[in-house]
Amino acid sequence: MKIVVASGKGGTGKSTFSANFAWSISRSRDVVLVDCDVEEPNLHLFFPGDTSESEVTVLNPAFDMERCDLCGKCGDFCRYGAIAVLPKQILFFKDLCHACGGCRIICPNEAISETERVIGKVWDAPVDEHLRLISGVLNEGEPNGIPVIKAAKEAAEGNDLVIYDSSPGTACPVIETIEGSDYVVLVTESTPFGLHDLRLAAEVVRKLGIPAGVVINRSDGEDDETEAFCRKAGLPIQMKIPFDREIARLQSRGDLFSVAMPEWQDEFVNLLDDICTRTGGAQ
Amino acid sequence: MKMCITAKGDTPDAQVEERFGRAPFFLFHDSEQDTYTAETNAFADAAGGVGPRSAQVLIDHGATVLVTGQLGGNARRAIEGAGIEVYQATAGSTVREAVAAYRENQLNRIL
Ligand code: SF4
Ligand code: SF4
Repeated sequence: MKIVVASGKGGTGKSTFSANFAWSISRSRDVVLVDCDVEEPNLHLFFPGDTSESEVTVLNPAFDMERCDLCGKCGDFCRYGAIAVLPKQILFFKDLCHACGGCRIICPNEAISETERVIGKVWDAPVDEHLRLISGVLNEGEPNGIPVIKAAKEAAEGNDLVIYDSSPGTACPVIETIEGSDYVVLVTESTPFGLHDLRLAAEVVRKLGIPAGVVINRSDGEDDETEAFCRKAGLPIQMKIPFDREIARLQSRGDLFSVAMPEWQDEFVNLLDDICTRTGGAQ
Repeated sequence: MKMCITAKGDTPDAQVEERFGRAPFFLFHDSEQDTYTAETNAFADAAGGVGPRSAQVLIDHGATVLVTGQLGGNARRAIEGAGIEVYQATAGSTVREAVAAYRENQLNRIL
């Protein structure tokens, strides 16, 4: 079972939800939690401890100017504008290259080879016997996080229950994270902004054709509009986390509220059961 | 000498466009014959890499001077590498006026 936790925008408490959800259900079964918010991974802050690290690389072209006759074919081919063929030299723009490998194939003079470039890393942390945290980390200044998300997802392959914390928003990284998953939990807040972003996220999930449910975080009890939207969109509201002083206090210290408030552990386990029922019982 | 002016339209009377990579048209002026040729910028609405790709168009046309408003970092690298001189266009002027201003040395060189 692959569950993605997503939200239309940042600041809905998505990461906190993911961390509490994964930790709570890992009290009774094995869980892998994957931080796919590669530009700003933060789940490791909840689970300090030993980590092993592996590099994520992409293949970039390297030009052999002895062989190159500046014919310009590679520059014409690259739809990302990563190569400019000048009268006397070639310029390569690494931050525009999507590592498709096409220029190497197109070059008539075999002047292009591929060279590895490190763009990020994957941290693998055994939090405890039943919970493992994998974090994708994109190096600063790198424009394209997709390969790092792919590497983090790959590291979690082969496990029964994986929870992916996606980056906020509805852009490519979110779609990359959601693709291939069984269920999406949309975390929202009961504010007009929250609803607006929820709409966008719900639309993306609908287009991808993956079943989804909603968790309302920091609920003030006045969720009528959000509820009305969810009814219309056919999205079940599966959990409400109230706006609560004690929860806020624990979170401001960086603690998991479900550790100090064990009644929440059952709530999270129930949520998983509910998700399993909705996806046809497969666990 | 061939000069490129980024433009909002495809005639010498069109206004100069401030943006380089996203300019709708490139107008090439041939100083020997005093003629203009317009080229639609195929990348004006492309998702990314518009700077280097537009620079490539200038290089392919053999332009040695560019008059525009602003250049992004990647476009700058390509234009600089090709040895093309860049001059700042006066906002609101037409392509024809920009060419005249260049001839009278009234434009600021920015690259
Ligand atoms: S690998 Fe693909 S994206 Fe990168 S420079 Fe070559 S053609 Fe462009
Ligand atoms: S396609 Fe090959 S030979 Fe032609 S410009 Fe590119 S690297 Fe040089």
